[in-house]
Amino acid sequence: MLPNNGPVIQASNLTKYYGKILAVDHMDFAVKKAEVFGFLGPNGAGKTTTIRMLTGILKPDHGSVTIAGIDFARKQLRAKMLMGVIPETGNVYADLTAEQNLHLAGKYYGLPKNDLVIRSNEILSQFGIEDRADHLVRTFSKGLKQRINIGCAIIHDPSILFLDEPTEGLDVLSRRLIIETIHRMNENGTTVFLTTHNIEEANRLCQRIAIINKGKIVAIDRPEVLRSTFDKTRSIEVAFDRRTDKELLYCDSILKIDLHGDKWRLYTNDPDTTVKHVAALAEKHDLKIIALTICGPSLEDAFIRLTGGK
Amino acid sequence: MFLAFYLGRAIDLSIFFPGFLAMALFFTASSVGPLITPWEKQAGTYERLLSFPVTISTIIMGDMAAGAIFGLVISSVVLIAGIIFLELIISNLILLILAMFLGTLCFASFGVLLAAPSSRAPSNVMMLSSLIRFPLIFVSGIFIPLEKLQGAGRILSYISPLTYLVDLFHTALSGNSIMHVSLNCLVLIAFTAFFLFLAGLFHKRNIAKGM
Repeated sequence: MLPNNGPVIQASNLTKYYGKILAVDHMDFAVKKAEVFGFLGPNGAGKTTTIRMLTGILKPDHGSVTIAGIDFARKQLRAKMLMGVIPETGNVYADLTAEQNLHLAGKYYGLPKNDLVIRSNEILSQFGIEDRADHLVRTFSKGLKQRINIGCAIIHDPSILFLDEPTEGLDVLSRRLIIETIHRMNENGTTVFLTTHNIEEANRLCQRIAIINKGKIVAIDRPEVLRSTFDKTRSIEVAFDRRTDKELLYCDSILKIDLHGDKWRLYTNDPDTTVKHVAALAEKHDLKIIALTICGPSLEDAFIRLTGGK
Repeated sequence: MFLAFYLGRAIDLSIFFPGFLAMALFFTASSVGPLITPWEKQAGTYERLLSFPVTISTIIMGDMAAGAIFGLVISSVVLIAGIIFLELIISNLILLILAMFLGTLCFASFGVLLAAPSSRAPSNVMMLSSLIRFPLIFVSGIFIPLEKLQGAGRILSYISPLTYLVDLFHTALSGNSIMHVSLNCLVLIAFTAFFLFLAGLFHKRNIAKGM
């Protein structure tokens, strides 16, 4: 049971060295109950090291981790009982069947035999692999293995779910299934901590994102806030029923115009005036607007600025 | 290897069989431990295992149990074959069982310690393992009886845990021994504790290597 008040995951001054290399640099953050919190960063930024420290796989050199008020350094097993972990390189036992893997995982969490059977059947059915329950995992595709991997992590219905690059290299169907599982569990009150370098995934899934670079958190906020903080420029994409001149589209509020396929992209700091201008222009020249979209600055833009990309 | 030393030499089997049994137990019990962690790291199951509510100590004890069971089963087969085909006489059955039990625990923990460098490749660990295990059998009274070892050989024999198991088997099978039974047992227990302590220390230190 998680506390209603206070953070569910709290990292204070979290630091990890590999030899002389500082992999995680005095990191502080907190994750609230039933929140989907994303760790977004380029490869080698320290995401996996951080999640390994949060889940007790690695011991921090400095700092502390508290899970649901439990000091991880002192009561690791109690904290681990609350969490489900899907490690980046984690795999399931290839020489066991799907069902045996789930049962083995359930036994680690001390599930009674009856609950174990019920839960594993639920998971197999939820992930669409009930007909392959007694097949050896070595015969499974990467996507199916990852479903069993996730099944092992959620067999005990954890209050906190840690996922390290959960959809990396998966097909669309498996990715969608995993994202749906995360959504469903979060709706039922599970706190989710995930790392990814997939900006779109972080944007779709997370309520808050920490952007991490070179072992440090460089920004932490809601995706929308991150996007708007680092770039005020918006764009309006408009398509007309026939071709128009670029010069015709210009007005004072438009900074730049590009042609993208059959659409004009108008960059502006004042979308309201620009949209009114486009509508007036269409009426004046008898143009029919087929599509009109207002686009904000992307999370990708914010990410690239924060991580020092070009 | 044992037959190479034994065949063609006029040696009493009762002198050599305890050494042969100890060697079989030593090699089998210490052969599983070095492989488990590299195999698990290679297969990607090690990180998953660490994410479950288990401690490193529990994992080490599990690895040790696997080595001990394997060593106990194989050395029991060797012993039974010796009793059936070589008409061995056991002078102290309880001591023999105790010696096999202590020996398997000691060498299984030694095997787990050998996995501590934490390579992803089992072949790397096996190379190190062979480098350490082979010399031990030459200084532990298996091929050359302990009483015939002189100087440095004798001193080295006292720092090999295998020496104490060979001596225990001599006592259990033929009633002859160099050292006292309780001393042999205590040294094997002490080596087991020492190996487990070091294994815990090094496994924790090298936990991320190869993951």
